[in-house]
Amino acid sequence: MTMEKRTSAFEYAPAPESRAVVDIAPSYGLFIDGEFAEAADGKVFKTVSPATEEVLSEVAEAGEADVDRAVRAARKAFETWSALPGAERAKYLFRIARILQERGRELAVLETLDNGKPIRETRDADLPLVAAHFFYHAGWADKLSHAGYGPDPRPLGVAGQVIPWNFPLLMLAWKVAPALATGNTVVLKPAETTPLSALFFADVCRQAGLPKGVVNIVTGDGRAGAALVAHPGVDKVAFTGSTAVGKQIARTLAGTRKKLTLELGGKGANIVFDDAPLDQAVEGVVNGIFFNQGQVCCAGSRLLVQESVHDEVLDALKRRISTLRLGDPLDKNTDIGAINSAQQLARITALADRGEAEGAERWSPACQLPENGYWFAPTLFTNVTQAHTIARDEIFGPVLSVLTFRTPDEAVAKANNTPYGLSAGIWTEKGSRILAVANRLRAGVVWSNTFNKFDPTSPFGGYKESGHGREGGRHGLEAYLDV
Amino acid sequence: MSDARLSVLKTYKLYVGGKFPRSESGRVYEVTDSKGTWLANAPLSSRKDARDAVVAARKAFGAWSGATAYNRGQILYRIAEMLEGRRDQYVREVAEAEGLSKAKAAQQVDAAIDRWVWYAGWTDKIAQVVGGANPVAGPYFNLSSPEPTGVVAVLAPQKSSFLGLVSVVAPVIATGNTAVVVAGERVPLPALSLGEVLATSDLPGGVVNILSGRTAEIAAPLAAHQDVNAIDLAGADEALAKELEIAAADNLKRVLRPQPVDDWSATPGTERMTAFLETKTVWHPTGALGASGSSY
Amino acid sequence: MPTTAPAAPAPDASAASASGLADVTASDSTLRRFLHGLPGVDAVGLEARAASLGTRSIKTTAKAYALDLAISMVDLTTLEGADTPGKVRALGAKAVHPDPTDRATPSAAAVCVYPDMVPFAKEAVAGSDVKVASVATAFPAGRASMAVKLADVREAVAAGADEVDMVIDRGAFLSGNYLKVHDEITAVKETCGTSARLKVIFETGELSTYDNIRRASWLGMLAGADFIKTSTGKVAVNATPANTLLMLEAVRDFRAQTGVQIGVKPAGGIRTAKDAIKFLVLVNETAGADWLDNHWFRFGASSLLNDLLMQRQKLATGRYSGPDYVTVD
Repeated sequence: MTMEKRTSAFEYAPAPESRAVVDIAPSYGLFIDGEFAEAADGKVFKTVSPATEEVLSEVAEAGEADVDRAVRAARKAFETWSALPGAERAKYLFRIARILQERGRELAVLETLDNGKPIRETRDADLPLVAAHFFYHAGWADKLSHAGYGPDPRPLGVAGQVIPWNFPLLMLAWKVAPALATGNTVVLKPAETTPLSALFFADVCRQAGLPKGVVNIVTGDGRAGAALVAHPGVDKVAFTGSTAVGKQIARTLAGTRKKLTLELGGKGANIVFDDAPLDQAVEGVVNGIFFNQGQVCCAGSRLLVQESVHDEVLDALKRRISTLRLGDPLDKNTDIGAINSAQQLARITALADRGEAEGAERWSPACQLPENGYWFAPTLFTNVTQAHTIARDEIFGPVLSVLTFRTPDEAVAKANNTPYGLSAGIWTEKGSRILAVANRLRAGVVWSNTFNKFDPTSPFGGYKESGHGREGGRHGLEAYLDV
Repeated sequence: MSDARLSVLKTYKLYVGGKFPRSESGRVYEVTDSKGTWLANAPLSSRKDARDAVVAARKAFGAWSGATAYNRGQILYRIAEMLEGRRDQYVREVAEAEGLSKAKAAQQVDAAIDRWVWYAGWTDKIAQVVGGANPVAGPYFNLSSPEPTGVVAVLAPQKSSFLGLVSVVAPVIATGNTAVVVAGERVPLPALSLGEVLATSDLPGGVVNILSGRTAEIAAPLAAHQDVNAIDLAGADEALAKELEIAAADNLKRVLRPQPVDDWSATPGTERMTAFLETKTVWHPTGALGASGSSY
Repeated sequence: MPTTAPAAPAPDASAASASGLADVTASDSTLRRFLHGLPGVDAVGLEARAASLGTRSIKTTAKAYALDLAISMVDLTTLEGADTPGKVRALGAKAVHPDPTDRATPSAAAVCVYPDMVPFAKEAVAGSDVKVASVATAFPAGRASMAVKLADVREAVAAGADEVDMVIDRGAFLSGNYLKVHDEITAVKETCGTSARLKVIFETGELSTYDNIRRASWLGMLAGADFIKTSTGKVAVNATPANTLLMLEAVRDFRAQTGVQIGVKPAGGIRTAKDAIKFLVLVNETAGADWLDNHWFRFGASSLLNDLLMQRQKLATGRYSGPDYVTVD
């Protein structure tokens, strides 16, 4: 082997994770009352790999009759499940957590195939958090009387849960784990473009011996979600998704006794002060907007940088973005995977074009996009003001809008100047500034000198139009208890 | 009737932004006792009064939510002190409004005063009860603390003119929210009088704003208002509550649905406070003291 | 064979003045203000970034490239009280031909020895491209008078050392006497003259904080270091991905500001090919491809070389090698 002096960078050879660890069936039914079954009207839809547009499987499309059957199954199961001693419910959840760990690699590959996100993320973020979420909530099942919700808080009944496509299995875990721990039963509607990991989760439930009907999974589009939310047999609705749909659900539930939690959109500000640890700040900004292709409700999609370090930060940011590796999501060295769907890609494209049309300066690194699949290059807009659409609308893609500020007051005012209030970031080495700014930010999660960190013990959720209620931690239990 | 002196009647006014304006509409409505005897004219608030009240409440929010919990506690306690001094007035007003005997009305007023004392004590405790450190699996300090939701529209109960009113207003402001209160439609006088006490209790103007009038008329613009963060529907009937909840969805207001309350004198839980609190979670890296501990 | 990159202009006063750094070393207080004005380092973020780069998967052709590159970057080191001319000769031979079974294997970058062993090392590598590096300045503690330190350096240079690995006065650094540290480096640099490149060892494990490591890096570069080096290998914590990443950021930023390129040498604790490849990923994605050359990046190591060789054999033959198939020196 001779070694030529290379003029180009150290080129990493392809390092694809093996697809062989996951066996995707050609078709899947709805998971109702412990059995897989076709939809009553026999409808199906296809789920594709967004990286290649290859059809992965055909999945049953639930209609109202199927949703009704699932809710009835959950209602029936509720009687026994809620009567089970907490310690026994806990053991089911511990089992599920362990099986999820055992099957972590398989599920990571599956999630990457169906969602398009890099294997590095499903392997190192999604799946570990999924298992951790079940493990954490398992322990609550027999300790609810110590949770601060009275001596004997009771479950609500049947939880109707509708989840998005950006973290399919993780959002399932955020919904299902607390529901089951508190003694509720579940009908879950996964996103239309990412149904597979929820259906594999049904198999995890089977392996764990979970009683029939405790978890039911109805795949389908928004109509199935709407039917579930509106079903009179549902006692609690939990939704993660767009603010527009969230508002519609809130209207649907008006005047009912159904309890509602909503985890919706965001336009998080990542505030970089001139005394920030700059290298880490740049990492945090990159992570904040390019993690999961920016398809994250709490993404730091607005960079607020102090004018005195604007050029330095922008140079560093561009240099760093240029090292991001976009491509095959199954490649272990891929940083940026595919956009989840053609529809989402169209939205990102339209909003980015609008940013340009409104006069913001667009920049992307030299970056070869694959021919098939849905791809969008990491993109940065400078000369953005609060008036630009790209500074106000949630893009839900790898697009960062850069704004400047001169003083901490101005930073806070701009950060809060949005109908959303989910996340924010603060970068400064000055402790008192962190606390003062964090205090004044109207956001449910504030990351200081870090970004996009998640933990089952840490409550997550937004202010204002980012939704209400919290998921995770002791706080998250409230949404599933009769308190 | 011992002497022929003609009493001085009170002109009841709204309480908005620390001032006592008449209704912008220039209109009033008759308030009677339970037997139909005229008691006073109350301002008939309009949408514009509601709008002004929201502006006042928003303006007051920064300083009130930024005040120390101890300071808020002292002010709430001061309200109780001021009420105690005017106890007889409220006993009379409550008796007339609700058709109660003097003894029954006195019980209501005493309970209402005690309720202020109860919430005065909560201001600097609620954060410890509902907040705390979260043991995340990583080198991070992680703290969740409750913060006030913002401007809360409060539809006061339609029957319990004073104890019910205090029971829904005090928990909202104890935690740092500011309130736009719609008094019970037929029993607004104790509520309007409360404004006079609030104005002399060191409570900053705008923290509590009190409107009287037709509940449904005032509530509709409040429920739809984009700068109102939450709404307590205690004083709405089923049909109105549903309509308002639908309107409230436009900016995803936090909605506290009406719940049947038989006895406002029962010790409240924390629910009326937590309904209007947001949980903010702040992360910060901890890390080792030095680089020496780092390894592969 | 890795070609030697053209030497960048030596850091000198003109480079520093052109970039506005001339006044920085004018006094203790200006130097302190400058070093303490550098951006802080968040330890958790730094370590997370280093760990994240450690998950890169380097396979097949990339691995072959990386293994050969790593071999070519090894400063094969023996720094023992028990060192003998025989031991040093053996080491030199190994540096020239690391794998006697495969002459296509690149040579190591250098052998690194104590000053009195330099003549034997020179003899052992004669006729090859392998350099001789000598530790100096009362290595490893650096606790000696300036006269003794400089005599140490002179002896090494006179004996033909191509490179001098000096230690900084950590006591002076930790007590805030930055100008003293600076002036010592300058004096050593002067003593090295044009014949020897100077590596400045910070002993990062003793500096303890990442902020200190960043300051030391800039201090060393301002004073004329050709290389900044983590450690002596004689304390508990030596090179880590995080402290090396931090130093790579420093040389990257220094070049951006002054145009002068400085080398980086993590030393101590890097024992496996897997670890070495992680360091190369750090180099590639932090300082960039310009540093992927043994003129600009080195590994201070001894046992690492054999693991690199075994992995190289594995890649060539498809079967795992064993310690009996590489030379023990």
